[in-house]
Amino acid sequence: MNIHEYQGKSILKSFGVAIQEGVVASTPEKAVLAAKELQKQTGTEWWVVKAQIHAGGRGKGGGVKLAKSINEVKEISKQIIGMQLVTHQTGPQGKKVKKVLIAQDVYYPGESETSEFYMSVLLNRQTGRNIIMYSTEGGMDIETVAAETPHLIFKEEIDPRVGLQAFQARKIAFNLGLNGKAFKEMVKFVSALYNAYDNTDSSLFEINPVLKTSDNKILAVDAKVNLDDNALFRHRDYLELRDLAEEDPAEVEASKFDLNFVKLDGNVGCMVNGAGLAMATMDIIKLSGGDPANFLDVGGTANAETVEAGFRIILKDPNVKAILINIFGGIVRCDRVAQGVVDAYHSVGNISIPVIVRLQGTNAQEGKELIDKSGLKVYSAITLQEAADRVKELV
Amino acid sequence: MSVLVNKNSKIIIQGFTGSEGSFHASQMIEYGTNVVGGVTPGKGGQQHLDKPVFNTVEDAVKKVQADTSVIFVPPAFAADAIMEAADAGIKVIIAITEGIPTSDMVKVKEFLKTKDCRLVGPNCPGVITPEEAKVGIMPGFIHKKGSIGIVSRSGTLTYEAVDQITKAGLGQTTCIGIGGDPIIGTTTLDAIKLLMEDDETKGIIMIGEIGGNMEADAANWIKENGTKPVVGFIAGQTAPKGRRMGHAGAIIGGSDDTAAAKMKIMRECGIHVVESPADIGKRMVEVLKK
Repeated sequence: MNIHEYQGKSILKSFGVAIQEGVVASTPEKAVLAAKELQKQTGTEWWVVKAQIHAGGRGKGGGVKLAKSINEVKEISKQIIGMQLVTHQTGPQGKKVKKVLIAQDVYYPGESETSEFYMSVLLNRQTGRNIIMYSTEGGMDIETVAAETPHLIFKEEIDPRVGLQAFQARKIAFNLGLNGKAFKEMVKFVSALYNAYDNTDSSLFEINPVLKTSDNKILAVDAKVNLDDNALFRHRDYLELRDLAEEDPAEVEASKFDLNFVKLDGNVGCMVNGAGLAMATMDIIKLSGGDPANFLDVGGTANAETVEAGFRIILKDPNVKAILINIFGGIVRCDRVAQGVVDAYHSVGNISIPVIVRLQGTNAQEGKELIDKSGLKVYSAITLQEAADRVKELV
Repeated sequence: MSVLVNKNSKIIIQGFTGSEGSFHASQMIEYGTNVVGGVTPGKGGQQHLDKPVFNTVEDAVKKVQADTSVIFVPPAFAADAIMEAADAGIKVIIAITEGIPTSDMVKVKEFLKTKDCRLVGPNCPGVITPEEAKVGIMPGFIHKKGSIGIVSRSGTLTYEAVDQITKAGLGQTTCIGIGGDPIIGTTTLDAIKLLMEDDETKGIIMIGEIGGNMEADAANWIKENGTKPVVGFIAGQTAPKGRRMGHAGAIIGGSDDTAAAKMKIMRECGIHVVESPADIGKRMVEVLKK
């Protein structure tokens, strides 16, 4: 589960990770109050207004701006709240900004230069262990750093039996070129960060940048926190951090029916049981000359109710010119799925685009007969190749 | 021959009396699998499906010499169940459970390093040696004893490949569903090695998907050590970057774990890669004729 920067920072802070402080606001008026409140708390003289959306690259897209007066806080918040923010991660349509984080200015001048680092905590799938990945090149896109200066990215692997050790935190601080107070602060920062990752069962922390301030404090200026959906049963309080407005409405609707749906841009919708077969079905649509409009895994219980929900979700997309239903019956019986398709077809009504139903496995023949006798504008198929050929005819 | 499970395997079900465990245990027994009992803490001493129920895996090992376990325990308790099986001396642990927290699996993986056992899964359909032992949730009737070994990260896509192989008249030695999670006990490479060493296996089908490096690792090993033809398919050629496609492990991280990148390296390593999942069986028949 993705959460907003302000939510991620609040989790980090609760584990003792030093952060750039901020107050979230949903209107320009509240932004002003937030700025005043923040000034009281931190003494900050300037503020950073940061759009809160689930995507990176907000600064480049115009969603992060410095305000040098309360008046500017109000003006900038007016511009940003309600804007359609486009970044390299949002797609061309962008995302509507509903909230801004009014954050303290942490780039103030002082005894030393500020410097920005990169730090993330994530799973190394090859070893099955968590790693801390870090770099002296903060504030930049880490993929660019990896491509251009890979020797500036360091990795520290954590032994799950003992967790992060002090020598590892020191090594990180040394490799980042720190000494004195900043060194000590970084050691504390790294330890607290890993502790937060471990205790929240997260699947990704990305802090970019981690800032060394001019007075040698170490702070998380941004926070991308990704919580492991499978572990949320242990963290019920985090469930309310989910922001449905950040998700595709069709995907939210699908999740109510336990359907796993991802919206794509193509013209052939599909409905499949099993994630691997669903991806393979998308591939076969492409090979047949179409473009998949979605990924949809109906899971182990393909019945009339789930098929109907799937139909309704796919049909909301006006680009869809045909639907391919691909079910490999194992535990699920194909004749039941076929009946589900027929029932759903009647109950949805007015399905004007062609539907191809490919049923294979348990009771596939009975399922095909049910479809063929239904009199509906539904094409049936048994083999995957037949289904692919049908798609080719229709697109 | 076959790998991992056969007619002599002494199999127990963890989560035996739960609804999932009961249903699939009865299917396994019906298939002719040698199920010797099951484990449900607190129900030891009872009979379920005419088989003994034990409180602990250790009891099952002592009393009925169980050597293989299949796990249907809910996600919150599944890591514990895997470690219990390993600690009790079970040699092959097959975890069907979907949705185990990754942080739990990090600990499990470390724990298993000190034990002499093999974990398959989690989040997998299981392992089947046709006409001998069905240890998992796959539909038994589509399988047929034969000469092809199958390794796959997915469930129903594996059935698709099995069905094509059966209809092509070849049949299977053992089909291993390794699972779709970021951390799994048996990797593609581990499973490929087992099948390469199996005398009866004449050809191998390797089905992967986007995300991770497992297929590339296996391909590189096959290039150096492969002794049998391998037909490969990678699902997710049309999947967008950064979106999780159902399986927790099926998410494109960088440019080297896309379907195209994986297919390229597999081809370079001599694997017969098919673009369409409809061609898996057909291609295996062609390759074996050569």
